[in-house]
Amino acid sequence: MLDVVWLIPALPLAGFVLILLFGRRLGDPKAGYLATLMCGAAFAVTVGVFFDLLSKRTEQRSHIIRMFSWVPVGSLNVDLSFLADPLSITMCLFVTGIGTLIHLYAIGYMHGDPRFSKFFLYLNLFALSMLLLVLGENMLVTFLGWEGVGTCSYLLISFWHERESAATAGKKAFVTNRVGDWGFMVAMFFAFQATGTLSYGGINTAAHTMAQSTATAIALFCFLGACGKSAQLPLYIWLPDAMEGPTPVSALIHAATMVTAGVYLMCRISPVLGAASSYAPTLIAVVGAATALFAATIAVAQNDIKRVLAYSTISQLGYMFLAVGSGAYTAAIFHMITHAFFKALLFLGSGAVIHGMNHEQDMRRMGALRKVMPITAATFIVGWLAIAGVPPFAGFWSKDDILLAAYDKSPVLWAVGLVTALLTAYYMTRQVIMVFYGKARWDDAHDEHGAHGDFHPHESPAIMLVPLVVLAGLAIIGGGINLPFSSRTEKLAHWLEPVVGGHESLTGKVSLAVIAAVVALIGIGAAIMIYAQHKAKPIEPRVLQNGWYYDATVRRFMGGPGREAFDAVAWYDATVIDGAVNGVGRLVRGTAQKIRTVQTGNVRNYAAAIGVGVVLLLAWFVVVRGNL
Amino acid sequence: MTSFPILTLLVLVPAAGALAVAAFSTRRPEWTKLLALLSSVFTGALSVWLVVAFDKSNADFQFVSKHLWIKPWGISWHLGVDGISLFLLLLTGVLFPIVIAGTDPHQNHRRYLAWMLLLEAGLMGSFVSLDLFLFFVFFEIVLVPMYFLIAGWGYEGRVYAATKFFLFTMTGSAFMLVGVIATAFLAKGRGPLTFDLIELAKADFATSTGRWLFFAFAVAFAVKVPIFPLHTWLPDAHTQAPTGGSVILAGVMLKLGTYGLLRFGVFLFPEAARWSRSLWLTLAVIGIIYGAIAATMQKDLKRLVAYSSVAHLGFIVLGIFAMTSQSMTGGVMQNINHGVSTGALFLLVGMIYDRRHTRQIADLKGLQKVAPIFAGVFMVVMLSSIGVPGLNGFIGEYLVLIGSFLTARWWTVVAATGVILAALYLLWAYQRVFHGEPDDANRTFPELKLREAAVLLPLVGVIVFTGVYPKPMLDRIEPSVKRLIEHVTEKTNYVEPQPVAVAP
Repeated sequence: MLDVVWLIPALPLAGFVLILLFGRRLGDPKAGYLATLMCGAAFAVTVGVFFDLLSKRTEQRSHIIRMFSWVPVGSLNVDLSFLADPLSITMCLFVTGIGTLIHLYAIGYMHGDPRFSKFFLYLNLFALSMLLLVLGENMLVTFLGWEGVGTCSYLLISFWHERESAATAGKKAFVTNRVGDWGFMVAMFFAFQATGTLSYGGINTAAHTMAQSTATAIALFCFLGACGKSAQLPLYIWLPDAMEGPTPVSALIHAATMVTAGVYLMCRISPVLGAASSYAPTLIAVVGAATALFAATIAVAQNDIKRVLAYSTISQLGYMFLAVGSGAYTAAIFHMITHAFFKALLFLGSGAVIHGMNHEQDMRRMGALRKVMPITAATFIVGWLAIAGVPPFAGFWSKDDILLAAYDKSPVLWAVGLVTALLTAYYMTRQVIMVFYGKARWDDAHDEHGAHGDFHPHESPAIMLVPLVVLAGLAIIGGGINLPFSSRTEKLAHWLEPVVGGHESLTGKVSLAVIAAVVALIGIGAAIMIYAQHKAKPIEPRVLQNGWYYDATVRRFMGGPGREAFDAVAWYDATVIDGAVNGVGRLVRGTAQKIRTVQTGNVRNYAAAIGVGVVLLLAWFVVVRGNL
Repeated sequence: MTSFPILTLLVLVPAAGALAVAAFSTRRPEWTKLLALLSSVFTGALSVWLVVAFDKSNADFQFVSKHLWIKPWGISWHLGVDGISLFLLLLTGVLFPIVIAGTDPHQNHRRYLAWMLLLEAGLMGSFVSLDLFLFFVFFEIVLVPMYFLIAGWGYEGRVYAATKFFLFTMTGSAFMLVGVIATAFLAKGRGPLTFDLIELAKADFATSTGRWLFFAFAVAFAVKVPIFPLHTWLPDAHTQAPTGGSVILAGVMLKLGTYGLLRFGVFLFPEAARWSRSLWLTLAVIGIIYGAIAATMQKDLKRLVAYSSVAHLGFIVLGIFAMTSQSMTGGVMQNINHGVSTGALFLLVGMIYDRRHTRQIADLKGLQKVAPIFAGVFMVVMLSSIGVPGLNGFIGEYLVLIGSFLTARWWTVVAATGVILAALYLLWAYQRVFHGEPDDANRTFPELKLREAAVLLPLVGVIVFTGVYPKPMLDRIEPSVKRLIEHVTEKTNYVEPQPVAVAP
């Protein structure tokens, strides 16, 4: 099965090509089925490869599949080749698995859209890029996928490009990501200079022999790339705006898969990070923890159903970087997987709500929807419990692993993580209450608009509900892949061990787990008191609603001094440099005008000039040169 | 097979075509066009055949033909092709039929086509000349048709732009003429007077002499590239030229500069090139950043693309003077990639102008909604220009950067920020032109026509193919680049640094 690893990205590629050629003819919904089929087939192949790897001995679970020589110049020799090992196949499993579910969901969600087939064209291209990213055997193939997912993200965020906000959000995402990509590129340059190769095998092997400063540079520049792709401080600003895209896109790209690419990259080069100066992992952990807390505080005051989830995603990604910085790579991957389950679920749930509410996204105009959308509500509640960290749902186990690792790194980081957990439980409970409980506020809202006299939210079609139910199941039991009871139940840790290294068993630190669970319940309780029982006023200060004004400040800078500086350059070019050119031109023309008067056409004038010239020349030869 | 004078034909076929078109009756425009198309297609076919027949294991000049021309001065008709010029010939051979088939002058077809074909002959001649004098002749021939194309078939400010273009380049050429003659005469000590490039490259000039001569050449090429701050002729010329002229100007003519720097600058005067590298690296990096920033603020779509050329060409100059196998190979490749992508961009902008009679970004809006295929093609070309991997633009740019990092680390780190700016100026322009709800003026924007698609399709094909599988190109470019670096090593104490190798 291992020699067909290339099929995993090739199947979505085939889907892309087919839809490119025949998409319009296939139309709605056949193009969607084709895309889903391709993604599903890729999942099937991945499962096959997974079992094949599983049947091998631990040290034989790494296979390189070389396709062709891609960029060979001198000492640089980059192949287009794939690496099938426990880490990449784990990523492939959830990328294709969740990808298929979201493709399926999108058939229902995008039904009736005039650009239906184009949506699936992009979606398959995205799947291809994401699989190249995780399967790449070297940094350049990963970068190919990395930029590919960025491009697809751009195309899909601005999918409804007639909307100015969507177009702007897409551009913002691409450009901000490019800042990170610059870091990724510089990291590659350092790696190539220090090791002569870009393959992970070579770089990771050489990690301990290269200069520590080089290892630090590679790790930190990679981390800059990760900050862009995975929306960490200070580059997170594109992700909340990315919610302009259709909701399946938010679920697939901006929650479950693409945004985890940064975490994946850091795990992939974990030996380099290990060889770097100790401040590098600390910096990563601090940025992760800070982002987690920062984004969670913003999430408590958002009213847009998707923006809550967007900030929540940023916050959860912060957790993953906290884990990476603490050296707990397994925990990072574990949380990445469970997060993919429950966050995809929550996004798809919110999509079902938006769909059923005729594209209303403001939670203040929702409420009591559990009565009209029972399945959506039930699955959303599962997602809520999972992300809030209530045992035994998936999120509890993975978040707990991270908090334990953070505690080992520094109790301060652990405390920050704990406060974030409290806020997470709080804002998610707030969301569930605002959307599904309380009074139905949609009646008044639509009366005000006067658009729909008798507006009835409705449950979504089955094609959208099936993925919800499957994901809900995964969000319940997903924690089972890495239970901290004994070494035997930590399956994911053993599976990943050949890639990310041995781990310290986390069993036995029960007290910390209990604290985490209690904190989650406190958060839930507080939110119920405020939003369901109205025993206290909501705390939603304007500064949090506006995301600490960070985005606004950046925007004001870009539109103000940034733009003025750019304008100044353009002015300088037109006025100073080109002005100098035109000035020279004018000078020449002016001088010529004056000199022209010498040409009188009068023979006597010329004769006189020649005579004077001859005299002067003679004088020069006689006086200066002294000979004739 | 080697006796077949293919390089001579590459020059003579378009030249003969130009003569034939010029001599043809004005009353039969469709025949002149067919004639022009035939001769350019035939030239293109010859260039394709050349690439096929090219021996990639041979780093030296191939298909050499050498005939003494002016004996007392040692000037000969000496032509040859190596990996550095090979794809420039192909690019020239392919772009001309595309331009001739895809764009129409608004008046006087016959003269327009005659100038076009003469331009092609001059460009082909420049890229195959291995004699300094011969090169100079071709280099100058190129100016004349381009001047007339801009002045005769350009837009509102065409006379100003054409004059500026001519004066700038002529000033550079004056330096080069001095350089050409001085080089031949100062190298005379070695034997009889010769203008032969290969002979002259063997000469050893006194250090200061070499530097002066190098600068005489470099100024001419720096104007052509153009290198900051000698670039201001470019936005005007590109903007005012007719679409076909812009495509050739950006696609092929600018490459005379970068090609000249490699073939004559670095090859003849390695010591001077090494000695002055900090200057060129700095100017290249300034060009990358400055060109991109200036592009961002342009209001005219064509001017924007023109400034983006300043930035893209900066990468090539960086690669040349960083002088590693990767950076130089990347630079040579970027020559071609920029020609294809920017050529296609100018074609697309020309199509927009044909439809809307404006190039102002502010006048355009929401075109993606009314012309999705047109927008899709524009998107692919744009992504290639931004340097998204998987498309051609990335390969060259990336090779330049990773190679330059070995010898010019901090310049490279700054230059790499150009990729951020490239995304900014192109995506912003794309958003303003293609996104949004089209207003009344743009609601009737016609979709891509069959003829336009036929013209763009080959370019898009090249964009994708080269991005996915650049190896055939790299295999042919690299040996010649390596040979050039070895030549530099022979003449100076420069040794190409290699990365620390590790066992795989």
